[in-house]
Amino acid sequence: MTPNTAMEPATMLEPFLLRAVLAGLGLALAAGPLGCFVVWRRMAFFGDATAHAAILGVALALGFSVSIYVGTLSMALLMALTVSALSGRGWAADTMLGVLAHTALALGLVAISFVPGVRVDLQSYLFGDILAVSWRDVILVWCGAALVLSGLAWRWSGLLTATISEDLAQASGINPAREGLVLTLALAVVVAVAIKVVGALLIAAMLIVPAAAARSLSRTPETMALFAALIGVLAVLVGLWGSFHFDTPAGPSIVVAAAAVFILSAGLGGMLRRG
Amino acid sequence: MSLLDAQSLTVRFGGDAVLEDVSLSLEPGEIVTVVGPNGSGKSTLLRALLGIQPLASGRITRKTGLRLGYVPQKLHIDRGLPLTVRRFLSLPHGHAAGEAARVLARVGMAGMEARQLVGLSGGQMQRVLLARALLARPELLILDEPTQGLDQPGEAAFYKLIEEVRTEMGCAILMVSHDLHVVMSASDRVICLNHHVCCQGTPHVVSNAPEYRALFGVGTRGALALYQHDHDHAHDHAHDHGHGPGHDTGHDPDHDRGQDHDHDPEHGHGARDHA
Repeated sequence: MTPNTAMEPATMLEPFLLRAVLAGLGLALAAGPLGCFVVWRRMAFFGDATAHAAILGVALALGFSVSIYVGTLSMALLMALTVSALSGRGWAADTMLGVLAHTALALGLVAISFVPGVRVDLQSYLFGDILAVSWRDVILVWCGAALVLSGLAWRWSGLLTATISEDLAQASGINPAREGLVLTLALAVVVAVAIKVVGALLIAAMLIVPAAAARSLSRTPETMALFAALIGVLAVLVGLWGSFHFDTPAGPSIVVAAAAVFILSAGLGGMLRRG
Repeated sequence: MSLLDAQSLTVRFGGDAVLEDVSLSLEPGEIVTVVGPNGSGKSTLLRALLGIQPLASGRITRKTGLRLGYVPQKLHIDRGLPLTVRRFLSLPHGHAAGEAARVLARVGMAGMEARQLVGLSGGQMQRVLLARALLARPELLILDEPTQGLDQPGEAAFYKLIEEVRTEMGCAILMVSHDLHVVMSASDRVICLNHHVCCQGTPHVVSNAPEYRALFGVGTRGALALYQHDHDHAHDHAHDHGHGPGHDTGHDPDHDRGQDHDHDPEHGHGARDHA
């Protein structure tokens, strides 16, 4: 469980590092395009709430001895559906999301402390432990990513129309609620597969930062989705390399790398517009 | 046969009836304009006819396979969404490039395919929205105050464009408008709406009616007159919503003059009382 003991230069091609790279790439490929919708629909806080609920899912999974993936997926889904159902009922969206997100996180942390007989490494769920992922984890990440990407591709046109205007979508015979549900499901899947990679607190970063970085380089939604995926891939590679060389935590290093790309692309985009 | 036939539509927001027992039917090729004070349910009526707004009761029958074009009041595009005019026109269903170029040229936006939607002026955006609606080759074009936010020349140009399009394509048009001159010069039929259908008829018939003279007698009174019209309106007495278009459609100037449309102190409650 403590991969740092194996972190020596000679282990560059160690299987754990290969698994980490593969898990990170799988997540980045799905989180980039999905993150574009999170940006376009201003769902950043929604993503946060869903991700924070995953900690509660971890607690329940440990308590009932089921897979972490089952726990996080079901709690993320429950949170996402709850938020969707409650939206527009009295409270401002950000207030309601704030209450739910932090309640879920705090409740999860409290619940984990009750799990008997297990000394839980909380940090690995809050910030991820990508260097400890198993081959089974890698396969699950790629299955989740494939599911999310095929879902987005399948509904792309309707999703995009509903994102631009619910009225225009409905006038074209598209049901915006159904398209929103597709995104909600995709978000829950990404949260579930991301918890071991970057952890509950940084999942939203993997959704938003690459998409935001892709914005200033793109002229159509499709190129933005593609760039977001590629920037996520770059961030995973650079982040893991940095983590390896500077002995920094892997998940946060990936997010820092993505943030660096964002700053670069924002500057580049600004120059392109002026030039 | 009618393109669209609405029977006794009632729409409620919470407990308040925004539309009550509204019936109307649209024939091929006619221009119908809906006028009424702010908050009288004009947009809601259009949204109900489009199937966007759920009905509390009533029934809408469309001609089988009716092709609808919808131009919303305005469209806000999030700055985070890169979207060219060309890509927007192809949502949700793609069209041949030549087809898109043709409608863009028709609305005076030739060669604007590569422009970003967020960079367009209000008038350009309305033209793009009209182009998108025209791509559906509509039999019925529904426009919700399409010139809101445009200056006087822009408004005049846009209405001229709509009329040209109608002449060329032969489509029926249903629109909400505040521009009373346009209403009177360009409409085949005018519907006065204030939660229910107050009156409807040809502009000629309406323009010979006393309440119309109160409305348009002095040109400069403009939109303000709408409120006065509503305030003076004797149809509201006893809140008799029972008379539908069946009663109103056929009314001629004489009949109108014969009715008591004057101020009646006993029945002095107008829209402001139940606004």
